[in-house]
Amino acid sequence: MNRVDAKACPIIINHIKVALVGQPNVGKSMLINSVSNAHLHVGNFSGVTVDKTEVLFNYKEYHFTVVDLPGTYAFTDYTIEERVTHEYLCTGDYDIIINVVDSTNLEKNLQLTSELLTMSKQVVIALNMIDEAEKEGINIDAEYMSELIGVPCIKVSAVTKEGIDKLIEAVTLKYETAKSQTKLYFSESVEEEIAQLVWYLDKHKFESENTYRNIAINLLKGDKTTYAKLHDEPIWIELQPILIEAGKHIKLHHNSDDIKEAFAEEYASFNRGVTAEVLNQKKQEEKRTLTEKIDSILIHPVLGIPIFLFFMWSLFQLTFEIGNIPMEYIDIFFTWFGDTIGATIANDDIRSLVVDGVIAGVGAVVLFVPNIIILFMGIALLEGTGYMSRVAFLLDGFFHKFGLHGQSFIPLVTGFGCSIPAYMSARILKNDRDRLLTLFIIGFMSCGARLPVYVLFAGAFFSPEMAGNILFFIYVSGAILGLISAKILKLTAFKGKDEPFVMEMPKYRLPTFKLIWHTVLTKTMMYLKKAGTYIAAASMLIWFLSNYPHNIKLTQSYETKIEQTKDIVLKEELHNTLNELELEQSYLGVIGKFSESIFTPLGFDWKMSVALQAGLAAKEVVVSTLGVLYALGNDVDQENRSLMGAISKNISFPSAVAFIVVIMIYLPCLAASIVFTREAGHIKYFFYLFAFTSVVAYIMAFIAYTFTRFLF
Amino acid sequence: MRTLFDCHKASKVKIVKLNADGDLKQRLISFGIMKEVKVEVLEHAPAKSTIEVKVGKMRIALRAEEAKLIEVEQI
Repeated sequence: MNRVDAKACPIIINHIKVALVGQPNVGKSMLINSVSNAHLHVGNFSGVTVDKTEVLFNYKEYHFTVVDLPGTYAFTDYTIEERVTHEYLCTGDYDIIINVVDSTNLEKNLQLTSELLTMSKQVVIALNMIDEAEKEGINIDAEYMSELIGVPCIKVSAVTKEGIDKLIEAVTLKYETAKSQTKLYFSESVEEEIAQLVWYLDKHKFESENTYRNIAINLLKGDKTTYAKLHDEPIWIELQPILIEAGKHIKLHHNSDDIKEAFAEEYASFNRGVTAEVLNQKKQEEKRTLTEKIDSILIHPVLGIPIFLFFMWSLFQLTFEIGNIPMEYIDIFFTWFGDTIGATIANDDIRSLVVDGVIAGVGAVVLFVPNIIILFMGIALLEGTGYMSRVAFLLDGFFHKFGLHGQSFIPLVTGFGCSIPAYMSARILKNDRDRLLTLFIIGFMSCGARLPVYVLFAGAFFSPEMAGNILFFIYVSGAILGLISAKILKLTAFKGKDEPFVMEMPKYRLPTFKLIWHTVLTKTMMYLKKAGTYIAAASMLIWFLSNYPHNIKLTQSYETKIEQTKDIVLKEELHNTLNELELEQSYLGVIGKFSESIFTPLGFDWKMSVALQAGLAAKEVVVSTLGVLYALGNDVDQENRSLMGAISKNISFPSAVAFIVVIMIYLPCLAASIVFTREAGHIKYFFYLFAFTSVVAYIMAFIAYTFTRFLF
Repeated sequence: MRTLFDCHKASKVKIVKLNADGDLKQRLISFGIMKEVKVEVLEHAPAKSTIEVKVGKMRIALRAEEAKLIEVEQI
């Protein structure tokens, strides 16, 4: 429906789709959150792991959809976020752009604005954080600015909610009126070239949505989309030589061999001009800003790192101390839930599938939700305040030596708790290669679920006094191995020029509770939804593999034996033997036997092989599987003395060392692998990870096995 | 040739030339680091692996390698 019709019948609701853009740290998300009566819709931009927030609300007879695009400094394609924004702005289906600008740093923000002005879409500028600017003595003449650049400029504040309604009103007004030419002016030499191109386009009556002037500007600055559009037009043949000549003139004028640099300078001088005209700042004596004062402590060359380590330590204490409290209740709940549901199902097989398969599997995933909530709250706080950039600044020197990025620290340390939030938090790394490399080595940081296995083996072969040191040694050597692997991967698979490290250190800000909560909620829901569905399916598979095929003869013969004996101890023993035999002839046992030969060079028997493979589902399962296989019954935990005894009796020390090494390195649990695949963005990376971890684990275990056999 | 990396803490300089190419140059420009712009060096990370500079009102962190590509002169 066109706009004239819409005016004639105002009852029909019209849709206005708005693209919300701005540079990073301009309070865009906060602004979108402060629209009242708005609906949030969170998803992903297609094909990439970039969150897409849409805000839906009604205003007058209009139905608004606002798409919050990731922050970008200019039209560049450096990070995924920048690519997403650029692509959406060029090809997305939307009606109007709201450009959010930080009023306290107008000139810098206009850099993106001036690029937006050459697009075919209408623009409305939101001068955000106006309250803060006024406090700093900055006064912006918004009306004059609107007149000067030819688009409405509205003063707003996400904090005080000032001007929000006015902004929406301006958008509807702009939507209803015809497109007007924006007033972006360049130096005389560039204007001459623009005029020539416009004249040429006009002569040929070139048909286009965008104005001739904007097409000319985009052609001159080498905008790919515009080129692609004109390339197939007949006028291109004549246009090309004119363009080449024009480009030469501009480069000559700017004393640069780079047309993009020349245009950046043109934009910068336009922005300087606009700022000088509309902005009036009361002269303040040169005093240090609050941010500078905080920074003098937080990024202090000596104190900076200890302070950061303290923050991290506190966060992990909170995550795993407070997070563990509800974990217990969740566990109790799922046990109760399983029992209750189980009682209603008559069929043994279906009951086992539902209770031991689905409910137990899903319960294991839900168990980590409290940890995830606390951890993400902490990370959202670290990011929202602007502290995360400081961390990268402090640590980049050390991590860069291993081919990693300063911000890799957060996901790596998180990996000591649980790999799932670690993989998810790797999103803070904006560069693809940095993020992938970090994702690949997170597994080397031994997660909490591997602890029971370590405790069991350390207890079986070492005195209680030594066991603690051994545990520490295992964790540290895992981390060191991870850093070395990062270096090797960087020199081989992720070879290439180092990604540059250029990053804004934003002002310190206190993020609103609403914003933090929203971030945490989104992440948690995504975790529950995706990992939850896959986990339910995978748990069913593992359950099936370990329970089938049934050998009725075997079961019956043992059950009669169990019934016949009166001795409780003997009963228990028979029961355990039955479990062991059942597992041995199950599909999982067959796989274990089949793969035994692969593990023979490491000194593993088929039981250890099965335990390792069961550990692919979840690392905790390794202990319970070993328990079953060494016939101790199902209820086995790492404190179980008799299992320790059984292990030290049945497994040689070198085999045990090799086993620990494999546990340390090989593929993380199923849930983590699924999250890994999602975060890495493609299934092929899962196979790479599988191959990489398996090879490294095998080689390292073999070395450890041979070495310890030689020593002892 | 003096680069941003050679500057002491708290020194104020003007950028003369960007020796970076392609993507990195675009990246620097998008942060406002370009010819004729005044820069103040704020902080060095341990071992001078990273430096923090102020361009206009924006604080930017750069790795030593990148800072070495930015030619500057005293003002």
